[in-house]
Amino acid sequence: MNELELPPIDYAALAPILIMMGAAVVGVLVEAFVPRRLRHPVQLPLALLAVLAALTMVVLNADKRMITIGVIAIDGPTLFLQGAILVLSAVALLLVGERAIERGGAFVAQAAITADSPDDRRQAANSPGAGEVYPLVTFAVGGMLIFVSANDLLTMFIALEVFSLPLYLLCALARRRRLLSQEAAMKYFLLGAYASAFFLFGLALIYGFTGGLADRAAGVDFATIHAAVADSTQSPVLLFAGMALVAIGLLFKAAAAPFHVWTPDVYQGAPTPVTGFMAACTKVAAFGALLRVFHVAFEGARWDFTPVLGSVAVLTMLIGAVLAVTQTDIKRLLAYSSIANAGYLLVGVLAPGREGLSGTMFYLVAYGFAVLAAFAVVTLVRDADGEATHLSRWAGLGRRSPVYASVFTFILLAFAGIPLTSGFISKFAVFGPALEGGQVWLVIAGVLTSMVLAFPYLRVVVMMWLSEPGESTPTVTVPGALTSAALVIGVLATLVLGVAPGPLLELATNAADFVR
Amino acid sequence: MSDFPFLSVLTVAPLVGAVVVALLPRSRPTLAKQVAFGWSLLVLVLSVVMWLTWQVGGDRFQFRESYPWIPNWGVNFTFAADGIALVMLMLIAVLVPLVILASWHDAESSKRSVPVYFALLLVLECTMIGVFAAADVFLFYVFFEVMLVPMYFLIGSYGGHQRQYAAVKFFLYSLVGGLFMLAAMIGLWVLGGKTFDWVALSQVDISTGAERWLFLGFFVAFAIKAPFFPFHTWLPDAGGAAPAGAAALLVGVLDKVGTFGIIRYCLPLFPDAAQWFAPWALAIAVIGIIYAALLAVGQNDLKRLVSYTSIAHFGFIGVGIFAFTTQAGTGAVLYMVNHGLATGLLFLVVGMLVARRGSALVSDFGGAGKLVPVLAGVLFFAGLASLALPGTAPFVSEFLVLIGTFTVNKPVAVIATLGIILAAAYVLWMVQRTTQGTLNPALTEIDGMKRDLNLREKVVVAPLIALIVLLGFYPKPVTDVINPAVQATMEDVGRTDPAPSIDSVQEAGR
Repeated sequence: MNELELPPIDYAALAPILIMMGAAVVGVLVEAFVPRRLRHPVQLPLALLAVLAALTMVVLNADKRMITIGVIAIDGPTLFLQGAILVLSAVALLLVGERAIERGGAFVAQAAITADSPDDRRQAANSPGAGEVYPLVTFAVGGMLIFVSANDLLTMFIALEVFSLPLYLLCALARRRRLLSQEAAMKYFLLGAYASAFFLFGLALIYGFTGGLADRAAGVDFATIHAAVADSTQSPVLLFAGMALVAIGLLFKAAAAPFHVWTPDVYQGAPTPVTGFMAACTKVAAFGALLRVFHVAFEGARWDFTPVLGSVAVLTMLIGAVLAVTQTDIKRLLAYSSIANAGYLLVGVLAPGREGLSGTMFYLVAYGFAVLAAFAVVTLVRDADGEATHLSRWAGLGRRSPVYASVFTFILLAFAGIPLTSGFISKFAVFGPALEGGQVWLVIAGVLTSMVLAFPYLRVVVMMWLSEPGESTPTVTVPGALTSAALVIGVLATLVLGVAPGPLLELATNAADFVR
Repeated sequence: MSDFPFLSVLTVAPLVGAVVVALLPRSRPTLAKQVAFGWSLLVLVLSVVMWLTWQVGGDRFQFRESYPWIPNWGVNFTFAADGIALVMLMLIAVLVPLVILASWHDAESSKRSVPVYFALLLVLECTMIGVFAAADVFLFYVFFEVMLVPMYFLIGSYGGHQRQYAAVKFFLYSLVGGLFMLAAMIGLWVLGGKTFDWVALSQVDISTGAERWLFLGFFVAFAIKAPFFPFHTWLPDAGGAAPAGAAALLVGVLDKVGTFGIIRYCLPLFPDAAQWFAPWALAIAVIGIIYAALLAVGQNDLKRLVSYTSIAHFGFIGVGIFAFTTQAGTGAVLYMVNHGLATGLLFLVVGMLVARRGSALVSDFGGAGKLVPVLAGVLFFAGLASLALPGTAPFVSEFLVLIGTFTVNKPVAVIATLGIILAAAYVLWMVQRTTQGTLNPALTEIDGMKRDLNLREKVVVAPLIALIVLLGFYPKPVTDVINPAVQATMEDVGRTDPAPSIDSVQEAGR
């Protein structure tokens, strides 16, 4: 019997993942051993430092193109997306760490207390928020880093679980409106579990498909799948079924229709910093995985999956845009907007070649910054009862606090795709390659839904600027340094990526090569 | 001096001014107004210098500058002006200071920041100059869309009755058009070899089917912007709700972007499609002339009335463009300038009248000429200019459009001529009901109606009146600049003017 041979391990290439996971474990220990009042001052710098260290390692790895321990692909898209996740999660951590807006932050002290009981009201009023959000976020980020670099379906599945479980928990930790928050977490968890099951079942079918060939070993790594798709002479039923089920698992995370139903509830119920984190980072992770699966593993079946995924994209854009029109809650509105944006991103995924890939990656970064800034503003508009998210409460906000209303208007204009914002450039970045690849109908659907989607954004602008402030218009809380920093970063990035997108586009284009 | 980067400086200068004005304290509104006015005068001086530097009979595009912007997509900051753009830039530079002067007290009634109003006007000037000066399709699109934002806030924040509705309608209509153009622009970029440079794109051959779709994408955007029937419904709302100064810029300049875009982009880039669609375009233009004129006759709101007259005038411009003769084309471009002057003046005067009365309804006036004779006289003059009375500038352009069209398409020219009669009806009837006849007793009780034009208002109207008369008698300086550009455009389309036949000459000789 041969001695078991260990695969070669490149620790430097894995360093970002290892750092984040290590920091999460340390975070758990801090939670266990450090006195309560010191936990927050220790946890936040720890998490931020870990993100910075991981980011440094990503930058140092910039020229690496390899597959290490057989299952982790370190290549251009991986590094670009890992960098994006880390930068965006750093901004999200600033929002998570904010303690100045509300006593104890946006998170509950003890999630187990019965909602709406006297105990609950007491803790909502004055106890410091739970510190475990930091290790949870750190774990989630670590999982996302694996997710975008996974080079076989099994690793991808494990990464999916690693970053999903902390997110389910984070959703339940809102300090106020606890029932909504718990409902959101429950929904997200149940539907997420189904999605994972779909993914797993699809994985099994794909394994069966690759195993049907006599001359090669079965496997679920992307090279094997790619080869099997390329020269298979057997019936493609297993392949199509497996591909569909895997896609469902991924599209669920990406919030694409018809797997989007959780999105508005979860976005509304989750603590707003967590919503921002999900909208920015989970999107990047989910689309990173979609890109890799469809550009590497199933590339040979492009003609088969394009009509199906294209229909999903059209449906997603349509549902997101049309339902956004009817929303009266700003968080739900942003949720539907995020669904519509998933549709635009899918257009980018379906655009063949390097341009499509780099355009999608650019879109992810640009959207992440804008959406984080949007949710940062949402955390600021509040009254005695917490955030005032109903749209009617935003009437006349422009008169009360012109600066934040201007910032939010700018972000909305970016979402609407007005030039000189990142939103316009990113739309161009996905529509251009899609049109070049002959997907005219997708581009037309994208343009038409953009028109519809402009209306809800404009309605908010009208609310803020053109309506007179009512009695119930809340004031905008002066943000703490952390939220201010997150807001400034988000807005500046949106502006800079709109005015001078050249460098990031260049970076994305250079990174747009998968290692196979 | 001709190496001076006129166009980029002209584009950036108002923006800098806007930032300066916006940063002035709210408590010093007069200072903000003075700075804004001074700044716009500076822009005017610079434009006049540019006009003088222009070489008549020189290259088609002059003052060309190009700086890289997004190299991955072949996008550049390319500015260049042909004769058509040059006259439009001059029109902007002349109108903006006058509008600022005319809007001196407009922002005060709205309880909103006065400096911001004037800053928005300057931002608008920046985007308007940019859109005419751009010679890169991407850059043009950027200005085309960004232009909406300051206008949206000017209407929505400082407008009158129903301003929210009007602002949103304006924004959505324009955005819808813009998104069609975006799709067409991406298509053009893909088919044109990934460049946005106007010169390069105008030499690309595109298959017939694709060319027609792309033409439609651009045309719809421009037809909404202009606006042509049946895309016109936003203009009466926006024009009716906007403050008078902003409305003057809206119909005087902003809407010209549509017709300018057709001349600069639709015709040269998609010449075959333009010819194929020409009958349809002529049809909606002619319908627009008659339909809008009829609606104008029936309006009881002065600002909406003026907006409808503009739609009718845009019909004339459309006829001039799609007749494909040099005369008609020159007439159309000249019309764009003259309409900016005449309708701009009409809007400003109407604004002065409305500000005094506190109502824009025709039925609230009557015999106002007895109280404010000078103002009524100016309104009468502006009305006559608007109906293209010989001796005023619009006559020259309307005449050129009609004779240029008559040589190639008699029915269209004949029907369009009916529009002149209707124009007389709506203008004269409006003047009669507001300033002539017996005095409406309600007017005497309003203090504002006892004040005739003050010095500031006289300074506003005098240059416009002078220009309208001057260009009515001596349009040569403008036509000299326009003509070569129009001829070049007609060559791009591949149409030559019909040579006068021997028969018709002999007939004429008898």
